[in-house]
Amino acid sequence: MALLEMANITKTFGGLKAISDVTFSLEKGRIVSIIGPNGAGKTTFFNTLTGIYRPDTGTIKFNGKSLVGLRTDQIAACGIARTFQNIRLFADMTVIENIMVGMHVHLKQSPLQTLLRLPGFNREEKEAEVKALRLMQYVGLNNVENELAKNLPYGAQRRLEIARALAADPQLLLLDEPAAGMNPQETEDIIKLFRDIRDNMGITILLIEHDMRVVMNISEDICVMDYGEKIAQGSPAEIRNNTKVIEAYLGRGAVAGQHEEKLQ
Amino acid sequence: MAATSFKEVFDKLNQGVVGYVVILLHVVAGSYLVYSQPRSNLAFLVFISSLLSLYFFRADNRFKILVGMLLALVIIPVIGVRNIFYLEVIFQISVFAALSLGLNIVVGFTGLLNLGYVAFYAVGAYLWAFFGSQQFYVLNYAPGTQPPDLPFLLPGDAFYLFLLVAVIIAAITGILLGLPVMRLKGDYLAIVTLGFGEVIRVLANNLDKPINLTNGPQGITPIQRPTMPEWVVDLFNSLFSGVIGHDVKLADMYNVMFYFFALLVIIAIIFVTKRLDDSKIGRAWTAVREDEIAAVAQGIPIVRMKLLAFAVGASFAGLMGVLLAASRTFISPESFNFMQSIGVLSMVILGGIGSIPGVILGAAVLTILNLQVLQGFSLYLNDLRQSDAVIPVINFAWKDLSTQLDPAKYQKLLFGLILIIMMIFRPEGLIPAKRRKRDVSVDETK
Repeated sequence: MALLEMANITKTFGGLKAISDVTFSLEKGRIVSIIGPNGAGKTTFFNTLTGIYRPDTGTIKFNGKSLVGLRTDQIAACGIARTFQNIRLFADMTVIENIMVGMHVHLKQSPLQTLLRLPGFNREEKEAEVKALRLMQYVGLNNVENELAKNLPYGAQRRLEIARALAADPQLLLLDEPAAGMNPQETEDIIKLFRDIRDNMGITILLIEHDMRVVMNISEDICVMDYGEKIAQGSPAEIRNNTKVIEAYLGRGAVAGQHEEKLQ
Repeated sequence: MAATSFKEVFDKLNQGVVGYVVILLHVVAGSYLVYSQPRSNLAFLVFISSLLSLYFFRADNRFKILVGMLLALVIIPVIGVRNIFYLEVIFQISVFAALSLGLNIVVGFTGLLNLGYVAFYAVGAYLWAFFGSQQFYVLNYAPGTQPPDLPFLLPGDAFYLFLLVAVIIAAITGILLGLPVMRLKGDYLAIVTLGFGEVIRVLANNLDKPINLTNGPQGITPIQRPTMPEWVVDLFNSLFSGVIGHDVKLADMYNVMFYFFALLVIIAIIFVTKRLDDSKIGRAWTAVREDEIAAVAQGIPIVRMKLLAFAVGASFAGLMGVLLAASRTFISPESFNFMQSIGVLSMVILGGIGSIPGVILGAAVLTILNLQVLQGFSLYLNDLRQSDAVIPVINFAWKDLSTQLDPAKYQKLLFGLILIIMMIFRPEGLIPAKRRKRDVSVDETK
C-alpha cells in the first residue's frame, strides 16, 4: 500500500481551477518532486494535502486513513510535516524553542504536571531539549540554540525550518522550494541533507522545486503539473524527454524545434 | 547606544556586595522615610521603589526572598496601617498587576488584542456581589424599593469558596466570549472584544429589570467580607501596636487582610503564568502569536490554544473581581468601563508585552501615577491657588489659574503621551520580555 494516495483531487477558487482531477500516489521511502511552471497549482496541492484548503472532490489517504475534512493540526499530527516557500519560523523564539514547538504533538505533559512540575514533566522537557539540540546539529547548525530565529542568516533559517519539521518525527516531509535563494554550495549541502534524512531516518520526502539541478539530482520520481493538471509522472530521464513537459515549460514551438532536430 | 552603555556601567557596578548594600540601604531609607513622614508622597515613592532595587541588583536569592518577605509581611502592613491610603495604593497595584498578568497571557503570549478584558473582572465581581449580598432577596424589587433588614443569602466565609467558583465561571465566560471571535485577528478581534466588554457593562447596568439581578446603575451594596477571627486582630496588635503607635481597629485590619489576599493571589498568578509559559502550552501560545500558519502546521490546535489563553487570562480577572467586590463591599457598573480595559492594556504595553516583571512594573507605575503623583500635583496646585503666591517673571497670580487646570483630570492625556513616547523610544517596554536561555548538551543523557 502506498504511503499517500490522492485520487481525483479538484480544488477551485471561484472560476479558477487551481487543481483539476489530480491523482497521485507516493510510495514509502521515496524522494519525489513536483514541478511545474508558476501558477501550475503546486503549492495549492500542498495546501490541500495539509488541510489548509479542503478539496472540492477527491480522496486523500495517508497510511490508509482519510485526511479529507481533518483540520491542519490533525493532519500534522498524523505524521505529515512541512516547510514553507517563504520561511515561516517563530521569529522571536530561540532556535531550540522553535524545534521544541515542532515536538508539540509528542509531548504528553498535562496541565497538572506542568503546574506542579512533577518529575515526569521535568524529564520530558529535558529529553525534548536534548532531542532538539541533536536535530539542530543534525541539520548543520552549531552553537546557536539560544539565538533568536530571526537573527539567523537565510541559509540557517532554511535549515532550522527543516529541523523543526523533523522534530515531529514525521513519516512524510513536504518541502516547498527548499533550495530557493541558495547558492550552488548550499544547494549541494542541502541535497545531501535530504538524502540523509531519507536514508537514515526513513522519512519519505515530497518536494516542490524550481531549481532543475536539485530536481534532477535528487528525485527518484517527478510529477509535473501545469494549469492545475498533472501532465506527467516518471523518472528524471523520462520527464526530461516528455514532450508535454517541454511544451509546458518552453511552449509548443520548442517541441516542434525538437522534432525538426530529430528529423535532421 | 546610550541604553547599552548604561547597561554596561550598571552591570559593572552591580557586583559583589554592592547589591546587598544598595538593597538594604534603599529598604531601610524608604521604610524610615515613610515611617517618619507618613503623609509624604515622595517618601512613599522612595519606599515602593525599593522593590525595584530588590529586583535589579544582584544578590543571593535567599537574601532577596528574606528582604522581600520582611517588606511584604512586616513593613508594608505596619506602614499601611499608619497611613491607610498607602495600603490602598498597594492593594490597587496588586489588583492591576493581576489584571495585567492575565491580559498579558492573551495579548502578550498569544498575541490576541483584547480590548474588553475588564468584562471578566466584572463577571468575578458581580458573581460575589450577587451571592455575597442580599441581592437574591431583592430579585422582585425595583432598585431602591427593597424593604430593610433582608437576610444575606450566604455567610461571608463563602467568599473563599467563591474565589474558586469565580476562577471557573470567569474561565467559562472567557471561552464563551472567545468562541465566536476565534476567526478574527488583529484590529477586528480588538473591535469585537471591545464590544463584548461594553456588552457586559451594559448588561450590568440594565439587568435590574425584568428581574433585579444587578441592581442597575446604583450597584450592589453591602457585599459581605469573610469574617475576621478575633485572634488575628489580637496577634497583629500584640506584635505591631508598639511600632504603629496605636491599637489597630477592625476596619483597618480588613484592609491589611485584603492586602494579604491580593498578595497571595498575585504570587499564585505569577507562579501559574511562569510555569505555563515555560511548557508546551506556553511555547504553543508564543508560536501562535509568531505565526499561526506555521504553528498549525506543527500540529498545534490553534483554536483550543487561543481559547485556553482566553480562559486562563479571564480566570485571573475573575479572581480579582471577587476580591474587589469583597474589599469594597460595593460595586457598580462604572467600575468596569472601557477606560479600565485601556488602562490595563497600557500597563501591559508600558511594562513590556509578554514580560512578567514588566507588566507588574507597568501596573505599579501607572497606578502610582494615577493615584498619587497626579493627585499630589492637583493638591499642590490647589494649595497654590489658595495662597497669594505669584509665578515669578510673568507675574501671574496662582489664584487666577483656571480650576480646569487640574492634573488629576489629565490622566487620559498622560496615558496617551506615555504610550506614544514608549512606542518611539522603547517599544518593547520598560522590562522587555526575554526568552529563556537553555543550557543543554547532547552527551548529557548518553
